[in-house]
Amino acid sequence: MHEMAIAQNLLDIVIQEGSAHGVSRVLSLSLKVGELSTVVPESLIFCFELLSKGTLAEGARLDIEKVPTICRCRECDHEFSVTDLLFSCPKCGSGKVELQSGRELTLESFEGE
Amino acid sequence: MAVKVPVVRNILEANEQLAQENSRLFRQAGLFVVNLMSGPGAGKTSLLEHTIETLKDEIRIGVVEGDIQSSYDAERISQRGVQVVQLNTGGACHLDSSMIKSALNALQLAELDLLVIENVGNLVCPAEFKVGEDVKVMLLSVPEGDDKPLKYPLMFQEASVLLINKIDLLPYVDCDVSKIRQRALQLNSSLEILEISCRTGEGLSGWYNWLRSQVSNRKTDATGAEI
Ligand SMILES: [Zn+2]
Repeated sequence: MHEMAIAQNLLDIVIQEGSAHGVSRVLSLSLKVGELSTVVPESLIFCFELLSKGTLAEGARLDIEKVPTICRCRECDHEFSVTDLLFSCPKCGSGKVELQSGRELTLESFEGE
Repeated sequence: MAVKVPVVRNILEANEQLAQENSRLFRQAGLFVVNLMSGPGAGKTSLLEHTIETLKDEIRIGVVEGDIQSSYDAERISQRGVQVVQLNTGGACHLDSSMIKSALNALQLAELDLLVIENVGNLVCPAEFKVGEDVKVMLLSVPEGDDKPLKYPLMFQEASVLLINKIDLLPYVDCDVSKIRQRALQLNSSLEILEISCRTGEGLSGWYNWLRSQVSNRKTDATGAEI
């Protein structure tokens, strides 16, 4: 249940940014969560609901966008999406690949009033 | 009226900033730091005991013991005569940078060459949290089966070294080490894999030599940086 720690970090950022922007109530949050991340969206939503009670983010909706795992081959520059957890280049077979996306855990924006 | 505020911030940025601070402290002290991770019962504490016993006369070792509750492992380790700090996470499933930072007050970093952070036994949660380590080392034991890379891909991706433990049990368990190797390398082609048995000692010399070379590289780096 590391989602509790992640929800707390998220709430800290929301309270900080919300106050800085003169928002008294946060209505919704847009998050990006990479496919490779070990975060379970339902758990994150549950934990955030618990922790945000009594704060300006109480009742806020979490919109979670899953980001696919994309790699780039360092040998031939080919970009490919990873399926079946196969992290090697489908074009040249090289295992020297760089992760382009899939590890995200970001707050993109929020809506408030 | 509702307003939309763009933010784009890494949710774990606070943890990662602290991890960088920890890492700076470690480098200043010329310390090589291993974040040791495994599922429960894979043999982390036993591996540590053997490692300390073998290397303590040539490498000054410190240990941070992460446990949800209890100090049983820390007591086992402290009997070996090395610096050890017990961290109880009080229910949390992983160690984070602030826990490690608080543990550092109890260690004489300048008197250490190697710090091993024994993470909480869990193959999911610790993979998300950097603590300021140089490398993540993952310990897997053969009774856990050969499908672990399929179930916990992130852990295998984040690790630099995979130790496959308890290979003395291979005749008795349903586990194909070549499958572990193949699946792990598909996830992380630069992963270094060593097969070991803490019971018979098989393969451990490879692990000790790897540690020796990492610690000595760090010492060279540190001296180089001072000049
Ligand atoms: Zn390629």
